Amino acid sequence: MKAAPFEYHAPETLDEALGLLAELGDEAKVLAGGQSLVPVLALRLARFGHLVDLNRIPALRYVRAAGGVTRVGAMTTHATVGDHAEIRSRVPLLAEATPYIGHFQIRNRGTIGGSLSHADPGAEYPAAALALDAGIVLASARGTRTVAAAEFFTGTFTTVAEPDEVLTEVRFTGRPQGCAVLELARRHGDFALAGVACAAEIDSAERIASLRLALFGVASTPVLATAAGQAARGAAAGELDPREVGRAALAGVSCVADLHADAGYRERVAAHLAGQAVRQALQQALQEVRHG
Amino acid sequence: MAEHELEVTVNGRPVTDMVEPRMTLADFLRDRLRLTGTHLGCEHGVCGACTVLADGAAIRSCLVFAVQMRGAAITTVEGLTPDGGGLSDVQEAFRAEHGLQCGFCTPGFVVSVTAFLAEHPDPDTDQIRDALSGNLCRCTGYQGIVRAVQAAVRARQEARVG
Repeated sequence: MKAAPFEYHAPETLDEALGLLAELGDEAKVLAGGQSLVPVLALRLARFGHLVDLNRIPALRYVRAAGGVTRVGAMTTHATVGDHAEIRSRVPLLAEATPYIGHFQIRNRGTIGGSLSHADPGAEYPAAALALDAGIVLASARGTRTVAAAEFFTGTFTTVAEPDEVLTEVRFTGRPQGCAVLELARRHGDFALAGVACAAEIDSAERIASLRLALFGVASTPVLATAAGQAARGAAAGELDPREVGRAALAGVSCVADLHADAGYRERVAAHLAGQAVRQALQQALQEVRHG
Repeated sequence: MAEHELEVTVNGRPVTDMVEPRMTLADFLRDRLRLTGTHLGCEHGVCGACTVLADGAAIRSCLVFAVQMRGAAITTVEGLTPDGGGLSDVQEAFRAEHGLQCGFCTPGFVVSVTAFLAEHPDPDTDQIRDALSGNLCRCTGYQGIVRAVQAAVRARQEARVG
């Protein structure tokens, strides 16, 4: 249970980190909070010649809100995200997803950038980012680009980020009127058998303007239930049948089977959670529209 | 692989050493400093036996490399006991309430509970169980451990009132 040997780099600025990654290529791996990477190394599921540790770069730890956009630095820990007053008021879905992640000891060290980059299909933040239509900022010595969360995850543990790129920031625009996160796990802190993150917007006539449902733990990536969300648009928020939305969200998703749950069970759990999450998010949105 | 100089404070004592990057904080504490109160169970972040405080925050010492801790203040279970010897109030409560049997998981529980109570001086049972969920015990069972945390809370509250 010991990692294979590697060279260790602890840059103090982002530019220094990007320079190292440009130089070292795919021999190097970025180390963020390490709560997933260190076990992977310890179990020797992967080995890298070089680790570039971002923990000494204070400029990657921040939460900034301005003009309806909330920007979270990649090295912001889960503990900070979950407790941060700006996040709780502007991106409540993210704050609500946080207690589901591991245990408090893990949340003290794990980071939002690490969670998104690791791209575990059972993880909470990737689904939250999808439901919130987050922008994911990737930097390299070649320049900076912003990728929509819906374009970011390509497979289990894989994303569009290149080996020389660092995820530096996550951007959340606007604030949905209603949101909910629900998951079922065998024990608290385990990765979810199935989970759902939902963000809802309604108009002044209480009709659904936007419904974004992201499923996690069901497939090789988090899944945005686009068709179910589109089908719900224009419906009266108070009259939507949650079970129907839940079923629609799972239509076309082929759920994975593993030791903990077969595909059929996972599908039923996910559909139920999706329906409940939509119900909760819409109730919250109605509350907000009616009472401000 | 190049070794790195590590300057770190452990239980209030400054330590300087050379470490290979792949050495975890847990192995550094146990093998270099002989602080064997920090136990290693799973070595991949699941069991919680290796929990220590880094600048006051509870972390898994098997999930960080020692080299990353440059400049940090680490507290292990050995650092929680009062200066003159004896047990901390949390340790005392574990003993009084049968919060341990074989004791392997106990250091991790004691460190986690110490960090938890520092931020939650008056937790309810759900909060206590949630806080304990990151530490596994395979023999005592959790009832005694939950009671131990409740006893530690009561003792602190009485000490404040008294």
